[in-house]
Amino acid sequence: MAKANRWRRMTRTEAFSGYMLVSPTALYALLLLAAPLATIVAFSFFKDGYLTVIHEFTLQNYIDTWSDEVFRAILTRSLFVSGMVTLTTVLIAFPIAYYISFNVSPAMKSRWLFLITIPFWTSYLIRVFLWKVILGFNGVINSSLDIVGLIDQPLNMLNNVQAIVVTLAHAYAPFAILPIFVALEKIDRSLLEAGQDLGESRLMTFWRVTLPLAMPGVVAAVLIVFIPTIGDYVTPQLIGGGKVPMVANLIQARMLDLDNKPMGSAIAVSAMAIVTLVSLVFLFLNRRFLRVQK
Amino acid sequence: MTTRPTMIEFQDVHKYYGDYHALRGINATIKAGEFFSLLGPSGCGKTTLLRTIAGFEDISSGAVMIDGKHMEHVPANQRPTNMVFQSYAIFPHLTVEQNVGFGLRREAGTTEEKARRVEEALEMVNLKGYGRRAAHALSGGQRQRVALARALILKPKVLLLDEPLSALDKKMREQMQVELIKLQRQVGITFVLVTHDQEEALVMSDRIAVMFEGEILQLAEPEVLYRRPNSRQVAEFIGVMNFLPAFVLGEAGDTVQLEVAGLGRVDIEAAQSTGRATDGTVSVGFRPETLTILYDGQKAMDRETPGTIEEVVYYGDMTYYDVRLDGVEKVVRISMRNVFGRPVLEYGSRTRVAWSAGALVLFR
Repeated sequence: MAKANRWRRMTRTEAFSGYMLVSPTALYALLLLAAPLATIVAFSFFKDGYLTVIHEFTLQNYIDTWSDEVFRAILTRSLFVSGMVTLTTVLIAFPIAYYISFNVSPAMKSRWLFLITIPFWTSYLIRVFLWKVILGFNGVINSSLDIVGLIDQPLNMLNNVQAIVVTLAHAYAPFAILPIFVALEKIDRSLLEAGQDLGESRLMTFWRVTLPLAMPGVVAAVLIVFIPTIGDYVTPQLIGGGKVPMVANLIQARMLDLDNKPMGSAIAVSAMAIVTLVSLVFLFLNRRFLRVQK
Repeated sequence: MTTRPTMIEFQDVHKYYGDYHALRGINATIKAGEFFSLLGPSGCGKTTLLRTIAGFEDISSGAVMIDGKHMEHVPANQRPTNMVFQSYAIFPHLTVEQNVGFGLRREAGTTEEKARRVEEALEMVNLKGYGRRAAHALSGGQRQRVALARALILKPKVLLLDEPLSALDKKMREQMQVELIKLQRQVGITFVLVTHDQEEALVMSDRIAVMFEGEILQLAEPEVLYRRPNSRQVAEFIGVMNFLPAFVLGEAGDTVQLEVAGLGRVDIEAAQSTGRATDGTVSVGFRPETLTILYDGQKAMDRETPGTIEEVVYYGDMTYYDVRLDGVEKVVRISMRNVFGRPVLEYGSRTRVAWSAGALVLFR
């Protein structure tokens, strides 16, 4: 009797209903995210036998990975590419977000945001392919330039880092626009009037008021673009044509092509660690920006 | 006060938002060193008019002059005005002293001099020692002081205040009213205040412009505005005014002869006939405190009229009586100070009301 009462009381608490609400998602995340992740981490410390994994602890995978020049070169390239993509995306996204927030009438804002999400209607893969069509030898740009007579030979615009940067920047632009837009929307417009009232020009008011207050949105945009692009697999494969592989392509090669699961896992964990480190730096910067400077 | 030079001049200022006529020919002058208020209900154009001084609002036609200079092509950041915003507009990413010193970047002087000026400004608004606090950690009253210090530190010719006290509670508001008056006397700068609170305007201002629907209905000292409102709209907006229907019997020289419902034959001076009736009906108005309830044995100084007490509203220091004068449908409100030894009367009782012809205002 007492037990039943206690059970009933427990099931009525807010905490209990909270757990009930998150449990399906939590269970899903646990089974399909945490478990595979734990497996990868475990694999990275095992020995590789031919076609099997020998369950014996070793650090050799990490030693091999980090002493491998190919890995270091590819990791550097990945960091460079996603850094460039992030920079390009944020630089393109900021003016767009600013325009929507400050120049578009309130009634039209949702329409603009809607337009920005239109690229998501088509699959990422198709969007990547479209860039192949645009940049290819017989592509839109080359044939246009040929018709105009500016070139005799088609320009080689595919299979290089620049092509990857352009493709990824285009794909991730909406992700950068939205957080910056939200940060700009939150700025009280009277603050900008106050800036001018206190003697500053529009440009200086932007520099001293708008930009610092938009920084949390910018940092969010940086993280949202940087984290997924460093691990991007499809674009280096299709646009880079396999000639400029990034970390994800290396992991795929080790894991599946060479069937060295422990080695592939060690690379994956290493890459994850680097991404975490970079993200932490940005989060720290964000804290600094959010806090009042003394 | 009368010989002060002009600081701000509006010359037939019109403002349209599309088809909406927000300012309809504003003509007024604000004198240097004056505490001037723009008073009116929301949507009357008072904030728009204030923003035309600050330079945040372009005018459609007419001219705004500040200190003798035409302001047409002068942007907000080059005008000799500073503003205290309704929301205070404190920069959330800066400390109190960075907020206060925001406008000093463009001014000459060493870092130490500027720091000292910030210190002085904070002292002036009683925020000494708050300099290093984060702006978002301040209370409403403190934020307002920061906004004041930030504006006054630049020594503007005109300080603009956009409903600065509306977000504060009653006690705080009354305290800040007195502080603002003192501050204005201390710095001697022209203050232009926008408010919808008639009491606030009466307490603080040297002169008040009462605005309705994009026009200034009356511009006068608080006492004139209260005692001689020039229209029923102004009379009703500022304080309480009783109205009784009246009929003009004749005019002879400086005297106007009236027949007033409930009060009978009254002769008033022509100077009391200042009001404009907007709906074409003639009436006389009088404030609740110009009438006195007579207790047993008391005699009226001038005239008296019998009536019945319909309602009693007790306020502690005051009591409001709604009295129906014999022969009139409408009740009039009478305010009486509660003096020791004088009982509060009960509703329903018969009474006599003393009044004086000199306190009446004629609207026609």
